[in-house]
Amino acid sequence: MSVLPNKQEKVTLDTFMRGLWEENPVFVMLLGLCPVLAVTNSTMNAIAMGLATLFVLVASSTLVSLLRKMIPKQVRIATYIIIIATFVTIVDYVIQAISLDLYNALGAFIQLIVANCVILGRAEAYASKQKVGVSVINAIGMGTGFTIALLCLGTVRELLGAGTILGVQIFSSNFEPWVVMILPPGGFFVLGAWLLLFDYLKQRKEQKLLNAEGAVANGS
Amino acid sequence: MSSAEQSQIQPQTPSFAMLRTLGGIAMLSGLLVVLVFQYTQPIIEENKRIAIEQAVSRVIPGVVSKKDFILGPDGLFDAGGKDLKGEKVYAAYDAKGELKGVALEAAATGYQDVIRILYGYNQDCQCVTGIKVLKMAETPGLGDKIAFDPDFLKNFEALDARLNEAKNALENTIVTVKHGTKREQWEIDSISGATISSKAIGRMINDSGQRMFPLIIKHLDELRAGQAN
Repeated sequence: MSVLPNKQEKVTLDTFMRGLWEENPVFVMLLGLCPVLAVTNSTMNAIAMGLATLFVLVASSTLVSLLRKMIPKQVRIATYIIIIATFVTIVDYVIQAISLDLYNALGAFIQLIVANCVILGRAEAYASKQKVGVSVINAIGMGTGFTIALLCLGTVRELLGAGTILGVQIFSSNFEPWVVMILPPGGFFVLGAWLLLFDYLKQRKEQKLLNAEGAVANGS
Repeated sequence: MSSAEQSQIQPQTPSFAMLRTLGGIAMLSGLLVVLVFQYTQPIIEENKRIAIEQAVSRVIPGVVSKKDFILGPDGLFDAGGKDLKGEKVYAAYDAKGELKGVALEAAATGYQDVIRILYGYNQDCQCVTGIKVLKMAETPGLGDKIAFDPDFLKNFEALDARLNEAKNALENTIVTVKHGTKREQWEIDSISGATISSKAIGRMINDSGQRMFPLIIKHLDELRAGQAN
């Protein structure tokens, strides 16, 4: 993480938007890639995983931020992990209550949210230093960014790997599914393709900026 | 900065503060988890019950009600009793209360992980009447076809599972054979490209059948009456 704000921040639109684009946890910071690659074989799994992570991220950031003055430095990581594990357990039960099929599809990855470095990273680098309001909004932004990234992968993989989106047939029955897209290698292919796209967009923007500056310097 | 340097610069945190924080957080966490557990437990139980009911009606056609039993070498018992040896079986009845079949669970190692299925057994034709995969992690597009491939599932519409004369084992071992070489009623035609997964299904039904079908026939009257003696 390149930008680690240590001073108290004010709530701006940027607090929220940063997680979506500039510091997107998956496409820019490349954090939490294990669930990103593992459970994005269908859109539904991606949505469920994204929302579960979003909830844990927001809830743990809130609590960490509330308790930030009471947590001694030496035991902070242990405390964060307990807080995160609590909310993950809650999510685990709630998903079981909502749908057993979904729970079986997500497998061990719900429990593994505990080890997702996006969440611990946010707690350590942001929530433990900022006021509650800022932390919550930043966490919502990060969680939404993470969910969007999962969705980007999930839809593409389901579309190519099964010809459907959310179980609805999109391609005609003549379409031969690319099974590899649902398998683990597909996760790497699709993630690579998205990273390529994002990097290309970023480079093009920088190039434009550079050209514009050049133009200004030349006085034309 | 190493921890030694850090402690020189910063004043030492009293151990009590650390204990207080960790203890307090742990208590809060326990309280939250228990609350959520209490609230969701009945819903989760209900979901599991519905899932099992749906699976039973998939493997035994025409089921209206079901009753859970524990069946083992020691006899047939009502499910819910404590310390009972045996496997859970679901006796399925039609609208008139007549026994339509018995659903059993079976499991074996597939290609990736353990495959767990529920399958139906009909006591009148002494055959398997259907299977439903409960849990698996087989390769999508290949091994996972065991759950929905229509040609494969056709194998289990009337899979021969007659008992031998002594009524202590199956007359014919249920086996999975190479795709397209099924000759006998007790053979399972495997899916080409999913041989390991198909074989696992055959193996688990045979293992479970050899053990459980003789017991079902032995306790048939109790199962028909819906009452364990």
